[in-house]
Amino acid sequence: MTNQINWEFPQALEDEAIYILRETVAQFEKPVLLFSGGKDSITLVRLAQKAFYPGKIPFSLLHVDTGHNFPETIAFRDWLVNTLGLDIIVRNVQDSIDQGKVQEETGKYASRNALQTVTLLDAIEEGKFDACIGGARRDEEKARAKERIFSVRDEFGQWNAKMQRPELFDILNGKINIGENVRVFPISNWTELDVWNYIVREKLEIPSIYFSHEREIIERDGLYWPYSSFLNTTADEVPFLQKVRFRTVGDMTCTAAVLSEADKLEDIIAEIMEAKISERGARIDDKRSEAAMEKRKQAGYF
Amino acid sequence: MEVLRIATSGSVDDGKSTLIGRLLYDTNSIPQDKMEALHAASKRKGLDFTDLSLLTDGLVAEREQGITIDVAHIYFSTPTRKYIIADTPGHIEYTRNMVTGASNAQVSLILIDARKGIVEQTHRHFFIANLLRIPYLVVCVNKMDLVDYSEARFNQIVEDFQVMLSNASFKGQEVKFIPISSLYGENVASRNGTISWYQGDTLLEYLEQVSFDHEDNQHPARFPIQSVIRPRTTEYHDFRGFAGKVASGHFNVGDEVISLPSGQKSRIKTIEQFEKQLTVAHARESVVITLEDEIDSSRGNMLVKTTEVPPQLKEVSASICWMDQQKLTNGKTYLLQHGVNRVKAKVQQIQYITDVTNHLQKADKTEMGLNDIGKVAIKTAAPIFADAYQNNPANGAFILIDEFNNTTVAVGFID
Repeated sequence: MTNQINWEFPQALEDEAIYILRETVAQFEKPVLLFSGGKDSITLVRLAQKAFYPGKIPFSLLHVDTGHNFPETIAFRDWLVNTLGLDIIVRNVQDSIDQGKVQEETGKYASRNALQTVTLLDAIEEGKFDACIGGARRDEEKARAKERIFSVRDEFGQWNAKMQRPELFDILNGKINIGENVRVFPISNWTELDVWNYIVREKLEIPSIYFSHEREIIERDGLYWPYSSFLNTTADEVPFLQKVRFRTVGDMTCTAAVLSEADKLEDIIAEIMEAKISERGARIDDKRSEAAMEKRKQAGYF
Repeated sequence: MEVLRIATSGSVDDGKSTLIGRLLYDTNSIPQDKMEALHAASKRKGLDFTDLSLLTDGLVAEREQGITIDVAHIYFSTPTRKYIIADTPGHIEYTRNMVTGASNAQVSLILIDARKGIVEQTHRHFFIANLLRIPYLVVCVNKMDLVDYSEARFNQIVEDFQVMLSNASFKGQEVKFIPISSLYGENVASRNGTISWYQGDTLLEYLEQVSFDHEDNQHPARFPIQSVIRPRTTEYHDFRGFAGKVASGHFNVGDEVISLPSGQKSRIKTIEQFEKQLTVAHARESVVITLEDEIDSSRGNMLVKTTEVPPQLKEVSASICWMDQQKLTNGKTYLLQHGVNRVKAKVQQIQYITDVTNHLQKADKTEMGLNDIGKVAIKTAAPIFADAYQNNPANGAFILIDEFNNTTVAVGFID
């Protein structure tokens, strides 16, 4: 087979996502958009802008800040919120730690990735959000491939994979019982490449770390880890400068860099087309076990 | 770029997962790290081959039991098309998940083990594909390598399948038979010449050329209103637009429309897609429509052309597939959701339940259980504006919602 690149974005995906966002606002009392500062949630913001235009986006953004984010992501978040005049709620994992609700992990693989679920569930309860819109895609990971568009979670945020509601045609049933909430995934059917083609078509701004830049990194387990004060390193892990970029944006402690010279969107897309490694192959949080994602989803991760 | 949605069904044993794995592999869609994870997982399970089903069976419970429980969505692209495969379970207990996966498909891919021929699951899968009126059926006769690539065996299975086709209620499906060996990749994405008597398309060649002459565009125009957009800002002080996705047909600026149920008429002033003004909105496009006059319309209402008004129904006869553990009982009230509109509804009578393996109808039933498919009479509290599913699928289906636990308990297809 050929590896010829198709740059065209499938328009049907945008129409579907806009339809889902409109259903979400119509069927729920208090939706919120889970914003991470990554390309998928940036895409969601664009879709929300289009869905309700010329009205404004009728819900807030919610960012669960682990405290281990890339500074570039936070700067981008603030810029986007200001430029588009959005409402944003920020909740900090540090507060959950200070309240004694979660405990910081130790050792060289310590990360706050699992901890953020508690902060997220608290924020959902506090804000009385009945629908949380997320940028998860089914092509990312095999447990996510099983997810519905409207995915019902119980009071503890848990996903019951074996008892999912049937979802037929484009008819969405957002009726829930008291205490339950729904995770909404408007870009379920998009692939990584679709997102990039959309970013190109819509001329969207994205955080600078997606583009090639020089950064201090260390090599561990065959992956390039960004060096930062959050990372627990051993004596033989000496940081060095390298031209890298990030293909996915999570915490600095669980997102690996890829060696890259790509500094334009077109080069990034070409690079993805040729990549032999999947997008989440650079997510250290997924490598903990074969069912890492399913377990986190059951616990309330989005 | 077009999107083609395919539904596959079957169990691990008939080689469905291997077939999907083969399609992905031959279109360079499996990244190296996922492939390595597959090798490792297969090894841990004590297998001496790479089990491609582990790619699609994403849940722990599925991998443990070696069966598919719920729909998995798999994506791949060629330079021509983007493909979405809904890989659905074939076991009778998961019929509802099979229907879920098939409901959005344009192609139904049915896999038959050449050694076994047509089995109960084939009947069920075909029945559902036919009930849903999926336009294209591809019947892959797999494991041809295990029957010595026998042309006679293939022809026998085709003949048996034709018998099943002749009993089908919907005759308009285009059916294509392909002899394949997914293990060796024969006739999946390429040919290696072992089945010299077959000159037709490979599976991928066939999928690449399935025609996209969207029927939905030819159907009567239906615009279910999702919400009313009224910004009330200085710039858009008087703006009042109806947001929705065109269900079927198309609307042009200037068309005379009627809003249902109010019956008020107006003309389309503008069709907007974010900052763009369109002259026409086609089926499945999400747009905002503004009208010349201020008329009473809100969520759940429908805009249609004055020349193509749908029937107003309060008594609905429909085929339904029951999807809940709790049985359907005569006389119980549910919520009926037709598109984005919800009304109270009562199932007045179960006319019959169909045995999907032999199409026999069993009358005198007072309840319907999980995975039963049958015919019912429903009465709604307010009229719905629906077309017969066979005339316009996009405006002819509904779901039933349990009022007490809020779950989706059935899908229906209006007669």
